[in-house]
Amino acid sequence: MGEAEWLWAVATCVKVLLIPAYRSTDFEVHRHWLALTSVLPLARWYSDASAPCCPLDYPPLFAYFQRILALPATALGGRPSALLRVSTSSPSSASLPVLIYLRLSVAITDLVFLLAAARLAHRRLPPARRRLVLILLLWSPALLIVDHIHFQYNGYLLGILLLSLSFLEEGKDLAGGLAFAVLICSKHLFLVAAPLYFVYLLRHYCRGGSWEASKRFLTMGAAVGAVFAAAFGPFLYYGQMQQVLSRLFPFGRGLCHAYWAPNFWVFYIVLDKVLSFVLLKLGFDIPAPKASFTGGLVGNFSQFAVLPQVTPLITFLLVIFAMSPCLIKAFQKPQPKHITRWVAYAFTCGFMFGWHVHEKASLHFTIPLALVSVNNLDDARHYFLLSIVSCYSMFPLLFDPQEYPIKVLLLAIHSILMWIGFSSCFRVGVAPGGTKTNNSSASNGKQGFIGKFGTIYLLGLLGVELWGQLLHPHIFGSGLPFLPLMLISIYCAAGMMYSWFWQLRQILKCS
Amino acid sequence: MAKTRTRGPPATALAAAAEEEQQPGAAPFPWSTMRLTPPTAVAVALFALLVRVLVSLGSYSGQGTPPMYGDYEAQRHWMEITLHTPAAEWYRNTTANDLAYWGLDYPPLTAYQSVAHALLINASLPQSLALSSSRGFESHQSKLMMRWTVLSSDLLVFFPAAIYFVWVYFQRNVGGDGEERSAPWLLAMILLNPCLILVDHGHFQYNCISLGFTIGAIAAVLSQNDFAASALFSLAINHKQMSLYFAPAFFSHLLGKCLGRKNPIFEIMKLGFVVIGTFALVWWPYLYSIESVMEVLNRLAPFERGIFEDYVANFWCSTSVVIKWKRIFTIHSMKFLSLITTILAFLPSFVQQLKAPSDQGFLYSLLNNSFSFYLFSYQVHEKSILLPLLPASLLALQEPLLFGMEQFFLSSVLSSSHPMETMSQRQTNYPPN
Repeated sequence: MGEAEWLWAVATCVKVLLIPAYRSTDFEVHRHWLALTSVLPLARWYSDASAPCCPLDYPPLFAYFQRILALPATALGGRPSALLRVSTSSPSSASLPVLIYLRLSVAITDLVFLLAAARLAHRRLPPARRRLVLILLLWSPALLIVDHIHFQYNGYLLGILLLSLSFLEEGKDLAGGLAFAVLICSKHLFLVAAPLYFVYLLRHYCRGGSWEASKRFLTMGAAVGAVFAAAFGPFLYYGQMQQVLSRLFPFGRGLCHAYWAPNFWVFYIVLDKVLSFVLLKLGFDIPAPKASFTGGLVGNFSQFAVLPQVTPLITFLLVIFAMSPCLIKAFQKPQPKHITRWVAYAFTCGFMFGWHVHEKASLHFTIPLALVSVNNLDDARHYFLLSIVSCYSMFPLLFDPQEYPIKVLLLAIHSILMWIGFSSCFRVGVAPGGTKTNNSSASNGKQGFIGKFGTIYLLGLLGVELWGQLLHPHIFGSGLPFLPLMLISIYCAAGMMYSWFWQLRQILKCS
Repeated sequence: MAKTRTRGPPATALAAAAEEEQQPGAAPFPWSTMRLTPPTAVAVALFALLVRVLVSLGSYSGQGTPPMYGDYEAQRHWMEITLHTPAAEWYRNTTANDLAYWGLDYPPLTAYQSVAHALLINASLPQSLALSSSRGFESHQSKLMMRWTVLSSDLLVFFPAAIYFVWVYFQRNVGGDGEERSAPWLLAMILLNPCLILVDHGHFQYNCISLGFTIGAIAAVLSQNDFAASALFSLAINHKQMSLYFAPAFFSHLLGKCLGRKNPIFEIMKLGFVVIGTFALVWWPYLYSIESVMEVLNRLAPFERGIFEDYVANFWCSTSVVIKWKRIFTIHSMKFLSLITTILAFLPSFVQQLKAPSDQGFLYSLLNNSFSFYLFSYQVHEKSILLPLLPASLLALQEPLLFGMEQFFLSSVLSSSHPMETMSQRQTNYPPN
């Protein structure tokens, strides 16, 4: 077994031990989808409304994936009724075999992630950095929290993303494009990077003379089209497309999720609240917003008291606008060595300005950025901060005291491994000239490695956590329950804004 | 083989770290170091703690099985008794303290630890420790609190002791220069002992405290701090009398050292004073009369049970397939026979340490002693395997095969009683290189 496999095996031990841990309603949602896809005919997958909790709202390839996941169970034990029960019963009623089966299915499908990570790390990195990257990827605490405690299948989806990136970096554009098509047909949240992929592939793959270029363009179009046809074809055949699309793009949801993802809109909401408060004090007549932001699935209008309303179209335009520097760069000079950074930036834009973003979406750029983080000290420093913020912003997902030590330990281990790895990676004078000033202090301690600003920010993070855990319950008791969560959102949003800005600057700098 | 060869984080990187050092220019990931640096020690310790927390998510022994439940209920019951009755009554059958229901059968330090934990739990969840009405009390919150008392004991006693030992081991260069050496790796071997983790954090016991004191004592012996060693080892015995398995090794090594000095009698007296002083402190509430001391002692040595319990991989149990020991001998002569064989088994290392005490010899002597007791002594519990495992883990760098084999066979025995943990057991099992 190679290095990557060892690291993966250790992670798998942790995952197996996490089987009895807390799981969110997403567990029951996925179990229901698994039952739905194996019991009902394909034509009814997207129109079934028997369970109001969990209509299938992932693209068809994910539905097929769920269908396949049920096969080993049916092969082993006839028709396992507990697993394949289409019902609306309470989510916590999963029996132990069902729990183990589904938990293990997440751990096993993570093999795709392992494959992609090993492929990337072994092809492009020297041994010392390879291990660091593998640790960052395979022992990602955020991924463990979301997939193996909260319960989702991000591991294999991100594996496909990494595979696509590794193909692109090697210049195998067709395979990269194909993998990305598979990815967006599995989870359409990845659609954010589609403009970038389009521009990059158009300029990098479809090059040469006009005949050659159009031939390549048609090849790529045919390949991607084939994936889409395989995914959506059956539903088109059954006349279900309208139903599928309405499930995939439910714009009836609000701008923000119940727990605000730490992005740009947090500041917008807070500014609105502050302004309306101030104006009310000054004697202006402000109509109070009908819906509160603490509820997630609210209508998308009349939420703001003072500031202009935000519609899905505005967020879409903002995302494209924020992404445009990177699109222009990719158009002018498509280079495989920058593609990972660009894709990560595209996902960051989607996260920062998108409509109804979940905090889990920050995985989409923290994972690819791990590959970039070992390039130089600046990247390492940025990644150190970003991955801590990203992981910390997922803490509210696990609220039971039982999981509290787990999430804290996961983040602590991750931070200390990053610190050990990065400081030993850049202690030797291999970093380029610009970072020379920091070399002397890099070995001194955390302060030296991340700088004064980063240290203060991370200490503040600790303060936010202490406030939420100790001081807030002490001062307010059970009152104002949203305040600690709001603090986390705002504080992490500041870190995310910094990360977005830093990435933008980095992209503009390198030509 | 491949399936069981999973290791902790530093270990995983170890093999590759060695290959990497040969390449000039590449900065090695600092795992394979002779020194234990604070960051690596913290990383290993945090991972070991994470594994403990994860194991503690599972069920404990006797969960939801009245009337006697299991070791979890025993510990909870001791907290209840020690919290609500005076110290003099802890080992006595009274109306409040029915000794037939999980009577306290460990030395006073265990009782004090129970009081300390009881005070913590009582502050937030008093109903879980109410006198007599709380028997068999089970709730999610009380399970969490109880689990956290084990975790904190582990963190406060076993972890510092293990780090101290590894530090001393490399400071004194105990293993010599020949072996492939890595301080984080040794620390991981000691901290990630799957049997200990499963018994303490799965099954539910506090072995980490007595074993932690023992490791501390061993490290103190290695760093020539004999007084601290005597005191720590006395504490270990006073937490669980099973620590006496190591007593001959400590006795012979320290005696051998004293004999080699200028003033042997005086040195021995000083050590004896430390031991007696520690014992006196711990036993203080019972020292007012002979009867009360005997009362406690009788609770500690339950000779009325048979020579072995149901499944113990020791000599008497395994040979009883062929020779029916229980039928041939009376309890009394069986006691004598097991005493003689035990002494014969540890005698060689005893004499060796007496004549020429050495660091490495001491560690092997600990192993020899604890194995002798485990294999041949009277009334062995299967969890006593934790005692021989401790010196085996300390010697992991020198005897990787021994430690690996033991772990492999024994953990499968232990895990048979924990259906939920069996799977994880198989994977956290880690024979070394």
